[in-house]
Amino acid sequence: MNLILPRAERPLFEGADWEFSTIQRCHDAIEQVAREELGLDVYPNQIEVIGTEQMLDAYSSIGMPLFYKHWSFGKHFARNEAMYRAGMQGLAYEIVINSNPCISYIMEENTATMQALVIAHAAFGHNHFFKNNYLFQQWTDANGILDYLEFARGYVMQCEERYGEAAVERLLDAAHALMNQAVHRYPRARATDLRGEEKRERERREHDERVFNDLWRTVPGKGNARPDPTAEERRRALLQLPQENILYFLEKTAPRLAPWQREILRIVRIIAQYFYPQSQTKVMNEGCATYVHYRIMNRLHERGLLTDGSMVEFLRSHTNVVFQPSFDDPRYSGLNPYALGFAMMQDIERICTNPTEEDMHWFPGIAGNQDPMATLRDCWANYRDESFILQYLSPHLIRHFGLFHVVDDSNEPSLRVEAIHDERGYRKIKRALARQYDVSWNAPDIQVVDVNLAGDRKLILHHRAMNRVLLDERDAKQVLQHLADLWGYDVLLKEIEPTTDAVLKEHAAAPRSGIVPIETT
Amino acid sequence: MHIVDRRLNPSGKNLANRQRFMRRAKSMIRKAVHESSGSRSIRDADQGGEVVLPAQGVHEPSLHRAPSGGIRDHLLPGNKEYVTGDTIPRPQGGQGGGGSEGSPDGEGQDDFRFALSQDEFVDLFLEDLELPDLAKRKVVDAEAQSWSRAGYSVSGSPANLALNRTVRNSLSRRIALKRPKTADIEALRAQITALQGSDDEADRVRLRELEEELARKLRRTGVIPYIDPIDVRYKRFESHPKPVAQAVMFCLMDVSGSMTEHMKDLAKRFYILLYIFLKRRYKNVDVVFIRHTHQAAEVDEDTFFHSPETGGTVVSTALEEMQRVVEERYSPDNWNIYAAQASDGDNTASDNDKTAALLLNEILPVCQYYAYLEVGRDSEHFPPGFIRRDSDLWQTYSSIIANGAPMAMRKVGHRRDIYPVFRELFARKTGAEAATA
Repeated sequence: MNLILPRAERPLFEGADWEFSTIQRCHDAIEQVAREELGLDVYPNQIEVIGTEQMLDAYSSIGMPLFYKHWSFGKHFARNEAMYRAGMQGLAYEIVINSNPCISYIMEENTATMQALVIAHAAFGHNHFFKNNYLFQQWTDANGILDYLEFARGYVMQCEERYGEAAVERLLDAAHALMNQAVHRYPRARATDLRGEEKRERERREHDERVFNDLWRTVPGKGNARPDPTAEERRRALLQLPQENILYFLEKTAPRLAPWQREILRIVRIIAQYFYPQSQTKVMNEGCATYVHYRIMNRLHERGLLTDGSMVEFLRSHTNVVFQPSFDDPRYSGLNPYALGFAMMQDIERICTNPTEEDMHWFPGIAGNQDPMATLRDCWANYRDESFILQYLSPHLIRHFGLFHVVDDSNEPSLRVEAIHDERGYRKIKRALARQYDVSWNAPDIQVVDVNLAGDRKLILHHRAMNRVLLDERDAKQVLQHLADLWGYDVLLKEIEPTTDAVLKEHAAAPRSGIVPIETT
Repeated sequence: MHIVDRRLNPSGKNLANRQRFMRRAKSMIRKAVHESSGSRSIRDADQGGEVVLPAQGVHEPSLHRAPSGGIRDHLLPGNKEYVTGDTIPRPQGGQGGGGSEGSPDGEGQDDFRFALSQDEFVDLFLEDLELPDLAKRKVVDAEAQSWSRAGYSVSGSPANLALNRTVRNSLSRRIALKRPKTADIEALRAQITALQGSDDEADRVRLRELEEELARKLRRTGVIPYIDPIDVRYKRFESHPKPVAQAVMFCLMDVSGSMTEHMKDLAKRFYILLYIFLKRRYKNVDVVFIRHTHQAAEVDEDTFFHSPETGGTVVSTALEEMQRVVEERYSPDNWNIYAAQASDGDNTASDNDKTAALLLNEILPVCQYYAYLEVGRDSEHFPPGFIRRDSDLWQTYSSIIANGAPMAMRKVGHRRDIYPVFRELFARKTGAEAATA
């Protein structure tokens, strides 16, 4: 980018103080860079200035501006408040919501530099990602989410009035326990409507007519080759089993739930689905936002819109965010998504503009194409963490981070170093790291597999224990109890070795009354 | 872009959730509060603060993988020495290779810490306690009067004239009766002045019309007054009986040589509890410290607890001193009087009768409540079968209580007993008990 931009006469602000006009000026300057230079495409911005208490509030309800009431949010609030007051934890500088208009909360305590950074990071970086990434487009409705939350809050409140707080609380406890198992991981075929059905029927008939050949009638055959489906198969097809979305299954099938209870399960499951993409794009989302703020802040400084002092403050904060301690450092707590994401974005920029021989070999598609922004925008739109790492983690970066792969097999006496950052290890490391960000690999694979609605109605679930990793027993027991309470009959969870179908462990739970009435026989 | 200033929005959005959480965890919180109150220093006994709950109590379960077992992959940054095929001994306690597995919700299994506000803390602390006979005395002695606004009236003293309301009434009446406005009349006058001296016939006709109109308007202005007596309103006040919202707490303590530091500490804890408790119920709480040996004096808090004193023990001196202070400064008509006496139970034998008489005739009638706390030594253990002789004071007071006087007494030997004893003394009476009391 060799745009010759006039140097500004005055910086946007000096010193730490800011007022609303400062924010407006910053936003306008940042927007210019973001749109003209980086080519970002964002939802309209709404920037809301809030205080500390309100930030704590927003924290506890997963950042959403309005939410139904439940004690668990109070618990998080109490905890965050205690940590914050004791000085053990700082507050985030911002929270951004995937909605249209995109709402960013910024704290009044921030200095002017931090406000500029936050606007660049959240109001443009995250905002662009929310609007363009395919997962968000596919799974979330940015236009409707706030209205839906409003509805959810009202509905839950209404239920509390009508059925009592205790009943609603028990239901929500159970639903929250199953929240991780309440997402559709793949878009499914929708039930066709009448018109679609007719169209399909017509096409089928046309096809039959086209390929009609009377000779086939004369071929001797076994009659109707396909055997009748067994009763079990019919049942499973009817209930859409196996089913991985447990709350969805309960909402549609649980025999004894009242309509309002089904509606509340639906609310919890829809909110879980809304947050589902975020967990799959943490590295990319933060990487995108961090890269964007880094580019923008540097450009503002070049143009004389930021003072040198502000720039140093920004760099200090930025460096803290993208710091990655080594595995043997006491500060180490996993790979920092900001660090990995930012490094990958910068690496792609480097590969596009200044590739090495190695990059030419590994990334023939993008190496030296001299258009890093288009390449990055394409990444941001079409990948999630897992596929992004699998595609774009370069050997250069693996060496830079000194990544190595350790396998911990509980049957072996010691851990084994499987791969390191060398020629033989690059692909292995890339694959293994990508898998760590793959939800279908990370989250336990639990499915409802069978229920005999005509018999004892026992609900049977399978956990296919990948790599023999079992569920955490104490929690599994509690969650299963909640599940049994919702289902109203016995529940059995089998942990299964996926290759041999051997049962490794079983958990069972019998329902308690409370959510649905239980007959004692 | 919009910038919205949300700072002025109410921030307590999560207070309702917090309340629900507290309710859910109440029994655990209550236990934690009582435990933490034992370890607190006395000065900040009624401050809020951090309490710790066991992690499992408010756990939110979810289906997730166990932290160990099976085959696991770890990808770690910062390799310095390892090459492919190296083996690493399995680290103990999650260091090194295993360190990348956090607990899934990021909260860990630590105990749950959070802060209670002062009000919440004291609420839980003093839950189910009640001041005895508070209501009764309040009604009887409610002598103070206070005035509060109570709407408007049509009569009253000029000092209470409600100017806004009066002018509003006048304005609406003037509009309703179409009283000409001053500005209109001025405008009319200006027009007339402008037309005067003109020779044009049309102007002269117009001038006549205008003059008639002016005369009509002036007449109307005279008939409809600017402020009519029916517009006038006065602020109305009503008197309310004001409950006596102040209390005085007398701390009486024996400081003779036989009282050890340990006993004083017990007494102090009891006073502090009483102080917190009274502060919850009354707006103003005065504290009077009276210490005594064979003579008594009112002293400040520091002297009361810390300065050593020698001498015999004559309890009646303290009661006399208290009586003097009450007469001088705390008229029972205006003050709710509480007294707490701490002593090791010693008294000069010849003084017992005098003490009893003084207490029964002078002190108890003016008091809301009188508590006697007999502090013992921590190490006082008696062999089984050994019957401990009650102290002089205990015997004396027992006979008074037997006659149904409004007082209570307990023995305390250890710090941990203070709070239960305090609760016992002030426990809320159930319906039946309250009726007989």
